[in-house]
Amino acid sequence: MLVYLIRRLLYVVPIALAVSVVCFSLVHIAPGDPLVSILPPDASLQLVEQMRKSYGFDQPIPVQFGIWLGKAIQGDFGTSIATSRPVSQEIYKAVGNTLMLAMAATLIGFTLGCFFGFVAGYFRDTWIDRVAVTVSILGVSVPHYWLGMVLVIVFAVLLPWLPPTGAGPGSSADWAWDWAHMQYLILPAVTMSVIPMGIVTRTVRALVGDILSQEFVDALRAKGLTDWGVFQHVVKNAAPTALTVIGLQLGYLLGGSILIETVFSWPGTGSLLNAAIFQRDLPLLQGTILVLAMFFVVLNLLVDVAQTAIDPRIRR
Amino acid sequence: MTISKNFRRALLGAAIAVALPGLVPEMAWAQGTLRIAMTAADIPRTLGQPDQGFEGNRFTGIPMYDGLTQWDLSSADKASVVIPGLATEWAVDATDKTKWTFKLRPGVKFHDGSTFNADAVVWNVEKVLNQNALHFDASQVGVTASRMPTLRTARKIDDMTVEMTTAQPDSFLPINLTNLFMASPAHWQKLFEAVPASVSDPKQRAAQAWTAFAANASGTGPFKMDRFVPRERLEVVKFPDYWDKPKVAKLDRIVMIPMPEASARTAALLSGQVDWIEAPAPDAVAQIKSRGFQISANAQPHVWPWQFSFAEGSPWLDKRVRQAANLCVDREGMKQLLAGLMEPAVGTVAPGHPWWGNPSFQIKYDPAAAKKLMAEAGYSAAKPIKVKTQTSASGSGQMMPLPMNEFIQQSLKECFFDVELDVIEWNTLFTNWRKGSKDDSARGSHAINVTYAAMDPFFAMVRFLDSKAAPPVSNNWGYFNMPEFDALVATARSTFDAGERDKALAKLHARSVEEAPFLWVAHDVGPRAMAPKVKGLVQPKSWFIDLTTVYIQ
Repeated sequence: MLVYLIRRLLYVVPIALAVSVVCFSLVHIAPGDPLVSILPPDASLQLVEQMRKSYGFDQPIPVQFGIWLGKAIQGDFGTSIATSRPVSQEIYKAVGNTLMLAMAATLIGFTLGCFFGFVAGYFRDTWIDRVAVTVSILGVSVPHYWLGMVLVIVFAVLLPWLPPTGAGPGSSADWAWDWAHMQYLILPAVTMSVIPMGIVTRTVRALVGDILSQEFVDALRAKGLTDWGVFQHVVKNAAPTALTVIGLQLGYLLGGSILIETVFSWPGTGSLLNAAIFQRDLPLLQGTILVLAMFFVVLNLLVDVAQTAIDPRIRR
Repeated sequence: MTISKNFRRALLGAAIAVALPGLVPEMAWAQGTLRIAMTAADIPRTLGQPDQGFEGNRFTGIPMYDGLTQWDLSSADKASVVIPGLATEWAVDATDKTKWTFKLRPGVKFHDGSTFNADAVVWNVEKVLNQNALHFDASQVGVTASRMPTLRTARKIDDMTVEMTTAQPDSFLPINLTNLFMASPAHWQKLFEAVPASVSDPKQRAAQAWTAFAANASGTGPFKMDRFVPRERLEVVKFPDYWDKPKVAKLDRIVMIPMPEASARTAALLSGQVDWIEAPAPDAVAQIKSRGFQISANAQPHVWPWQFSFAEGSPWLDKRVRQAANLCVDREGMKQLLAGLMEPAVGTVAPGHPWWGNPSFQIKYDPAAAKKLMAEAGYSAAKPIKVKTQTSASGSGQMMPLPMNEFIQQSLKECFFDVELDVIEWNTLFTNWRKGSKDDSARGSHAINVTYAAMDPFFAMVRFLDSKAAPPVSNNWGYFNMPEFDALVATARSTFDAGERDKALAKLHARSVEEAPFLWVAHDVGPRAMAPKVKGLVQPKSWFIDLTTVYIQ
């Protein structure tokens, strides 16, 4: 297990380097001027050159990359061009907010997905199964953006039950785990959960159907196990795959959804990326993408390790 | 395989319980404050020189800071003009027209209690123009220096008098100075000294002091900063010691929230989460009104145009074609398309403005006259003229660029124009604007659709009509070049009597309408929707508003 873990950890290094090269290159290849947020289009050429020099954009791209990478390794992603605030500070705060949202969405998606999946698996080819399958297809097919707006119209405007936007009555800085704050989490988390819910439902349904048709289930019943006892065996057999699926989904969700966070004005990484893209704030964009990519890499690692712990055959 | 009924029921019941949770929340909102949802994705910079275009000046500039000169925002009917602010009077030197003297307003205090004086003015000029000054801040230069392009230095004459020098005689300086907001030097110094001693590089210390200043600002405006949560909210409260007593704010507090998505802003308003939203989506206006909310709008000094190319081979080189296009767009029809949220543009400024002049060519919807001009130019339905226009799918001030451009495309087809639209991303379009129509970035376009502010003469006209403003110097994207216009610009710039200067600008504007280097389409009307309890707003013909008159009833 230790050797496996070390081998997987070593893989992370070239992956991280490749990710940093790709994200740095992509933001520089994209058209647009990185100084657009602080320089109006009528700025004089002299002023443009002065600003380019001030921000180090007059250096060759490889030099800029070297400087950026050297600082990034030490956790310093530079300063936002648009706000002059440290990028690491901006990312830290946004990641915290997105983590909260992603975890809530994962919890909802995983719980609902498992329930619908087990129900559909146990009631295979009945109307219950068809309803569960329809719900799962809708979950993965309905556009987030549209669903978010519909939920806002229904639950915030027509039925004023929940707040439509924001991360608390004050701001995310005052977050507390009480109803006054948690109600702000409900609509974005539900919107964000529908895709993982749909995917988990379909996965678990297929797994349960497959497991229930296997001979060992008949053997368990023949041994006199109750339905609850058999169910526990089904859960244990379905868990590694379901865990992998939800782990990957959590990775996607941690990337933040630009659309969902924009619709709900949720101050997470999606909103941060949105602002960085529109303002061509390269340090912020590079830093955020790198951190999110690393989240994904680390999460994959954790899922693999967890999967290996549950199913020792994978180690081989 | 058999599964007991009880187990099935338990599983099904659990699924239903999870699927149908009860939602019975209660919401309690703070009272006595005005909550505004801005269109910006982030709070505009709060350290004195806002970013995010004029929405920045509107919400984090004018409410918290003052300039030496300011816009008169008191009337919804008259054109907004420059009036004294922290300077009570100013004059250009009789012999050297590059020197100006500004007399400062006595008795003005910053929010931190320090006194506004000539030292403060010099300090604020140097924050963006003197690279050797300790407090020089490169991040504020772009949005400031370009808006006062000829200002070079400021010098204290006495405590209440400042001399300013320009690079060339420039009568636009008092107008430009509305963009230079006065931040408190004493407060900045205090924050500078509070930077940890471990930061030894003075420039680093200064940068950290500015970051601290942005979170704990001090100006002289009618509202002072109370709370700042980056990217989430800015709260300002009334400054009771404001120097202009009739303009001491009626509101106790304003909360500003960035909310870039129009549907989110509308939902926030309709659900009572905010009291005021900027730029509601046109298709939501009817719903907003039907629920008893107010819509406020007024023509802004904003222009939604096609800026023509005069490069070799451009179809717009023929004046008849340019005028025909201006006569062929049904602007009233477009206004209906936008739910009334635009004003038809018949020039850069509207009739009645001091710079309107009296152009002999009148822009209106007259397809017959347009077709006649096109026929004279040699075009017909059988032989249409091909034109290509570069535009964006969205962007600050672009209103609804795709439906509007498609409307124009359809209108112009009636007058023998075959329009091709080249839709690119907004920031790229903005960058291309500076490169000019001869650059590869234009991708063969004969016109560019970038909206612009027309508050001061440089931004409204000079940068488009002066041949010296051709790329890469400024925004004469199309290389418009007529010596007559260069002379008119020079005259306006060197006419120092405000009335005479306006007459010179009116002549420049009238001639520009006659020559039609633009297809003028629309002026934005700065729509905002408000709860019925919001009272006292006077929406001037400006990008800005005076929040001191607003109150909650």
